[in-house]
Amino acid sequence: MGLTSGGTLGGDGFILSKVQEIANWGRKNSLWPMPFGTACCAIEMMGSFASRFDMSRFGAEVARFSPRQADVMIVSGTITYKMASVCRKIYEQMPEPKWVIAMGSCTCGGGPFDSYAVVQGIDEFLPVDVYVGGCPPRPEALIDAVLKLQKKIDIEGAPLV
Amino acid sequence: MTHNGAGQTGAFTGTLTGPLDSLRERHPEAVLDICTYMGDTTLEVAADSLLAVCTDLRDTLGFNHIIDVTAIDNLGRREPRFDVVYIIRRLEPPDYMGSEVLRIKVRLPGPEPRIASVTTLWRGADWLEREVLDMFGIEFTGHPDPRRMLLPDDFEGHPLRKDFDVRNREPSKRSFERALTELETDFTGTLDTPIPKNTRN
Repeated sequence: MGLTSGGTLGGDGFILSKVQEIANWGRKNSLWPMPFGTACCAIEMMGSFASRFDMSRFGAEVARFSPRQADVMIVSGTITYKMASVCRKIYEQMPEPKWVIAMGSCTCGGGPFDSYAVVQGIDEFLPVDVYVGGCPPRPEALIDAVLKLQKKIDIEGAPLV
Repeated sequence: MTHNGAGQTGAFTGTLTGPLDSLRERHPEAVLDICTYMGDTTLEVAADSLLAVCTDLRDTLGFNHIIDVTAIDNLGRREPRFDVVYIIRRLEPPDYMGSEVLRIKVRLPGPEPRIASVTTLWRGADWLEREVLDMFGIEFTGHPDPRRMLLPDDFEGHPLRKDFDVRNREPSKRSFERALTELETDFTGTLDTPIPKNTRN
């Protein structure tokens, strides 16, 4: 976690850390997702947020439909080129630091849609942090992606703004 | 007339035959063919008389609802290249239970396919014709709003034409690149609340 118990310094109530690591610890445990749902994967995403699977156990349940208040974009569903510019625009509107989860086969690589209209993987225009395969992936897979993203934030972090 | 429930299309032909024969008598030059197959009646109409026949169908025979407009590309199979297909329905007041469906076909040539818009008769044809314009590149003269329906406005080509390569993503990519360029100009000042570039990481 990057936090060190203050035991060696002899007192209760001491925690020694770096500001950077405290910030990352806070960031990874309260990811606020921006749900960019365009297709059936979005239904599984809603299922992940709801009580049965309960994403709030991992601090990522506050789905924000305003990109200004979000720090992880969950792109779930087929992205066409016409939608891609919208998706990019919303990503640009999110404040730093920000991350992207590509949920489902379509966002990862176009899925079954080898057609003129469909983007063959959203990493053509977005920096993806975690890819989740499946058509659609089960909620457990999305929760696993959030956990992996938490690990990534813990290791790599993000610069303090 | 008899009122038929949905799904019994086979029963409709009997009630349509008489009215359509009288339609053919009124427009002998325009109505090229009337055929019934599997209970569906198709009327083939000369392109330049489409509006006259459709006006008659609506005002005299009561076909007051347009269900769909679509097209068929017969490239390499026969000339003329395009069929434009209108599917219209007669809804009878007061209970609107009677439902007779009629299909109208118009043949159009490959280069510059053009047909009169039926939006003046059926307002609901607006988006249906725009979709055919988008997908087949067929021009509807007199259409109130002749823009593309689904694809980006600057898209090159018409995907449902047989000579469009359905796996060619280059036209979509070019539209996307142009949309991104507009996005960049958005952020340098045209948005109501612009985000200055130097405050973002």
